[in-house]
Amino acid sequence: MTTKQLALVIDLNVCVGCHACVTSCKGWNNDGAAGPLSDQNPYGADPTGTFFNRVQTFEVGEFPNTETVHFPKSCLHCEDPPCVPVCPTGASYKRAEDGIVLVDYDKCIGCKYCSWACPYGAREVDQEQKVMKKCTLCVDRIYDPKLPEAERKPACVLACPTSARLFGDIHDPASDASRAIREQGGYALMPEWGTHPANHYLPRRKTEKRLHPDELERHDNPLKVDGLLPRPAPDEPALDDVTSW
Amino acid sequence: MRPAWSVLLLTTLIGAGQGLFLALFGAEVFGMGGSTLFVPGAAAALALLGAGLVASFFHLGRPERAWRSAAKWRTSWLSREVIVLPAFMAVVLAWGVAHKLGEPTLALGTAGVVLALALFVCTGMIYACLPFLQEWRTPLTIVNFALLGSASGLTAAAALAAWLHAPLARPFVAAALAVGALAYLGRLAALARNTRLRPKSTLATAIGVKHPRIVQIAQGAMGGSFNTREFFHRRPREAVRAVRWALLVLVFPVPALVLLSGKYSAPVLGAAFILQYAGLLAERWYFFAEAKHPQNLYYQAIA
Repeated sequence: MTTKQLALVIDLNVCVGCHACVTSCKGWNNDGAAGPLSDQNPYGADPTGTFFNRVQTFEVGEFPNTETVHFPKSCLHCEDPPCVPVCPTGASYKRAEDGIVLVDYDKCIGCKYCSWACPYGAREVDQEQKVMKKCTLCVDRIYDPKLPEAERKPACVLACPTSARLFGDIHDPASDASRAIREQGGYALMPEWGTHPANHYLPRRKTEKRLHPDELERHDNPLKVDGLLPRPAPDEPALDDVTSW
Repeated sequence: MRPAWSVLLLTTLIGAGQGLFLALFGAEVFGMGGSTLFVPGAAAALALLGAGLVASFFHLGRPERAWRSAAKWRTSWLSREVIVLPAFMAVVLAWGVAHKLGEPTLALGTAGVVLALALFVCTGMIYACLPFLQEWRTPLTIVNFALLGSASGLTAAAALAAWLHAPLARPFVAAALAVGALAYLGRLAALARNTRLRPKSTLATAIGVKHPRIVQIAQGAMGGSFNTREFFHRRPREAVRAVRWALLVLVFPVPALVLLSGKYSAPVLGAAFILQYAGLLAERWYFFAEAKHPQNLYYQAIA
């Protein structure tokens, strides 16, 4: 548990489902050294393609008491990844130094067994390269010394307009990601399979404003007049039923 | 899961090949038969195993790299299968050649038995080792791969014997009926078990929202993806039910009737094998089609 485990923490309370993380991911990883993330028939009737990250939408509850949950889904970089031991060639591996689960595209034989072994459906075969692909946490970005330090983050994290995606070392208790998991009820997907996903999700929260009486008056009350306004008589006209002409 | 023809052919063909070898060596151990049967028998077993091996290559996106798949035998049952299958084929070849040359065969045959059984375990464990494919996660998966393979191999051995060494046809038929009945019981047990399964994963655990009613609105792509192609068979319920009936009828009852007809001729017993093999294809198709992968929870609605 002391080694590094990089991960994403995704705040479902903040995600608006804009797909900026999807397009930025596709953009960055399509141009990478590992070759394109191919699309088939992209402008035709039946477009399909390989993506590392997809935003899905769910409706929770029964009309009219429903809630829309936008749910970005990518490889969770499990701490005990079931996809890695089943790989017959060793193309799928989990890096010891930072816990990222990667596929060596030059070793992959495209047998698809690892995708069967992933309960989350995080792996997709590239129809053109015929090898298995999945989120790399932008491993070709996050260590790039040529980039300014603030940009050494996965493309999806930088693209998110609502900052719904946090990136960090979840084994470092002081990291933003760890703190968010700890303090905002971060949870893992499908905990029943013991995969211990590194990526966590922050739950939807009830957002309501509670007003206390002292918030209706200014704290310092500089002129000592707050709360002292004369009230209009019941039969007199009033602007807002509180202040008098 | 989508049944892939390459895998259906691989698992049924090598199962029959293993069963055929086990049947032939069993006859040898009991002092029956001779090289007139064992040499062509070994060739037939090799043909079945080789055809299965060839079929498996069609499952790979990059077949030219298939040699790499022997690397991770410490952790991967698929890697172990990739090692054991050619080793078994080599031993079957050596056993057949030894019979041809009149060399001692017992040690080779014993090694073949060990490898055949190991191959059944490897093939079964490829499926049984995945914890969240609950339909496959049972010892019955391995037992049924072994029993169904052995049963079809014994039927093939009976047909071969009727052609090449008539006195052995009758004992092979008896053995095929006994092992076939056992295999049928095992498969029925697996079917019964799987109809009672409750999926452990639900949409609530899949997205972590604790609400009994969650409906997917969009899956993030409108034209489908690898996830919608690989994990759904997309056949109507009637077709799945028809395959289930085909499996229930063809895996044992119909071939058993042919075997019980009392005609120990090669065409009749060969027909029994072909019928049983068709049943095994249906059985393996259904094996994949009935397995519900938890990732499907994320791919319920297009838009």
